[in-house]
Amino acid sequence: MRLSDQLRVAGIGIRSRRLRAALSALGIAIGTAAIVAVLGLSASSQAGLLAQIDRLGTNLLTANTGESLTGGAAQLPTAAPQRISHLPDVEQVAHVAAIDDANVYRSPLIPAVNTNALKVRAASLDLPGVLGTGVAQGRWLNAATERQPVTVLGALAARRLGIDRVHPGERIWLKNQWFYVAGILKPATLSTDIDTSVLIGYPAAEHYLGYAAIERGEAVAGPPTTVYVRARTDKVDSVRDVLARTANPESPGDVDVSRPSDALTARAAAKGAFNSLFLGLGVVALVVGAVGVANIMIISVLERRSEIGLRRALGATRGHIRTQFLSEAVMLALLGGVTGVAAGALTTAVYAGGKGWAVVVPAEAWAGGIGAAIAIGAIAGLLPALRAARLSPTEALRTL
Amino acid sequence: MIATNVLELERVTKTYGTRPPVHALRGVSFTVRSGELVAIVGPSGSGKSTLLHILGTLDRPSSGTVRIDGQDVAALSDRRLAEIRARSIGFVFQQFFLTERTTVLENVADGLPYGGAAPAERRERAAEALGRVGLRDRAGSRPSELSGGQRQRVAIARALVGRPAIVLADEPTGNLDSGTGASIIELLRELNAGGATILVITHDGDLAARFPRRLHVLDGRIVDDSAARPLEGV
Ligand SMILES: Nc1ncnc2c1ncn2[C@@H]1O[C@H](COP(=O)(O)OP(=O)(O)OP(=O)(O)O)[C@@H](O)[C@H]1O
Ligand SMILES: [Mg+2]
Repeated sequence: MRLSDQLRVAGIGIRSRRLRAALSALGIAIGTAAIVAVLGLSASSQAGLLAQIDRLGTNLLTANTGESLTGGAAQLPTAAPQRISHLPDVEQVAHVAAIDDANVYRSPLIPAVNTNALKVRAASLDLPGVLGTGVAQGRWLNAATERQPVTVLGALAARRLGIDRVHPGERIWLKNQWFYVAGILKPATLSTDIDTSVLIGYPAAEHYLGYAAIERGEAVAGPPTTVYVRARTDKVDSVRDVLARTANPESPGDVDVSRPSDALTARAAAKGAFNSLFLGLGVVALVVGAVGVANIMIISVLERRSEIGLRRALGATRGHIRTQFLSEAVMLALLGGVTGVAAGALTTAVYAGGKGWAVVVPAEAWAGGIGAAIAIGAIAGLLPALRAARLSPTEALRTL
Repeated sequence: MIATNVLELERVTKTYGTRPPVHALRGVSFTVRSGELVAIVGPSGSGKSTLLHILGTLDRPSSGTVRIDGQDVAALSDRRLAEIRARSIGFVFQQFFLTERTTVLENVADGLPYGGAAPAERRERAAEALGRVGLRDRAGSRPSELSGGQRQRVAIARALVGRPAIVLADEPTGNLDSGTGASIIELLRELNAGGATILVITHDGDLAARFPRRLHVLDGRIVDDSAARPLEGV
């Protein structure tokens, strides 16, 4: 008997009882849909985050003051940014200096303890460019305003201070003096420290807050506490290797070097880990679906005993009968599997599309869904098919 | 032409169940030669259907030997038996066993794939078989749209579509009025004239009387075989 004939004969049962076939395939459809959607959505959200990281750039490195060997806070030399910018594969350098003893308030009337966990930082003028962020409102510091009591707020800092718009004359109370708010930054995903910062110029930090280092008997602006470095994308590792030594040749061990995108990538990987609850529900639905298919197949074999007897009389072998019912079960399950994969992929597409993520339905999700359906059909159909094949022709024909 | 033995039964018994055992056949021996037309008669429950099923390899005897074309059926595999049924035996069942899910033509062609016929050939042969039973124009109908006699003719068309050497018919006229029944028997006679060996179970004594050979079954035994009385003849 030809394969095409085998399939045609196997399809008769499904075609002649469409509603019943659809209902019994439903469980498997729901199961595969859930599994494909869960895998698809986690892959898509991961792809979304990775795309965002890619846009921000994976070539950003930071050099931070770490703990010194003696236990106290170490310091970066004021010349560190300068030296780093001379490295061959470094494209851009910016830096900030966290000023420890300066708190910020909306007005002098606010109790001193309500610091909002904000940090005043002196920033080099190229900071937004290097971090891949920009001002949401107002303007960034420039050569003139970096010398004046003028500040630009990080996105979160602005919110905590209750400043959502930059009005002319808007000001904040910073270490017992007024600073004018020139702008508000967009969120800096690569360096969330900046989001909670109140940024001022280095000269202003020296002049108004007395933040300075003494070098050869002279006060100079600085020192920085974090240096941001954009390296050539293919040379990030080699720059990273020499960064600590370049920043602080005397004690490179005091310098913490990190790559912010690494942390984000780790977070993306965690996001890619799927929701095991829904996955479990999908598996349960699959099992229920399998039982449904097995049940329907047993009923089908009972109902069609005379057909089995007739086919045997017409020349069908036991093998033909077995194949017929086994294929019917597999087709039924496959019907559910394909529908489920389509529904799961559609769900993923709609949700990911709405979030602006790339739509990713991993091959193991859809291929696995269809493969699982075939396996379930085969397992669920095996017993009924064996029973049908075992029936002797006379026995089968006697039922009416 | 020397007629060969197509079917041979030797002391065939069939017992169903154990408590109490039902002896459907109690030692049946006879021979059917190629090209014979045989009527099997006997009261209800005498074992006629059991006999026909065993002749058609649908059932195995409890003891005794069945030979088809000289081959001992007991020695053949399921696959080989199925092949014999597909190529050499045509069944007509009293209850038709037509499926409502497909057309008359597809019903007739249903068994052909098991014999390995290609799709185009199958349609052609099914149409031809329907033509022989006078139903060519109803090929596209559903069986439920036909009368009882027409359905029986469809079942006969299905039995002869594979051009079997042996046709086994179990009360093909049972549900029909005598006129229609006679036309069905006429059809079987034509087939027989074409060379097929035919065995027909019937309750109708008048119909049976017109057959060249009659086997009378009673209580699981052959009590009368008209071929064993050479003087009576046809
Ligand atoms: N599967 C079975 N189990 C038990 N007994 C059976 C079985 N099949 C047939 N019999 C018995 O075997 C005997 C012969 O049955 P069979 O069907 O051959 O009779 P029949 O001559 O065809 O009768 P009818 O003319 O009514 O069709 C009957 O007594 C029947 O009850
Ligand atoms: Mg009977």
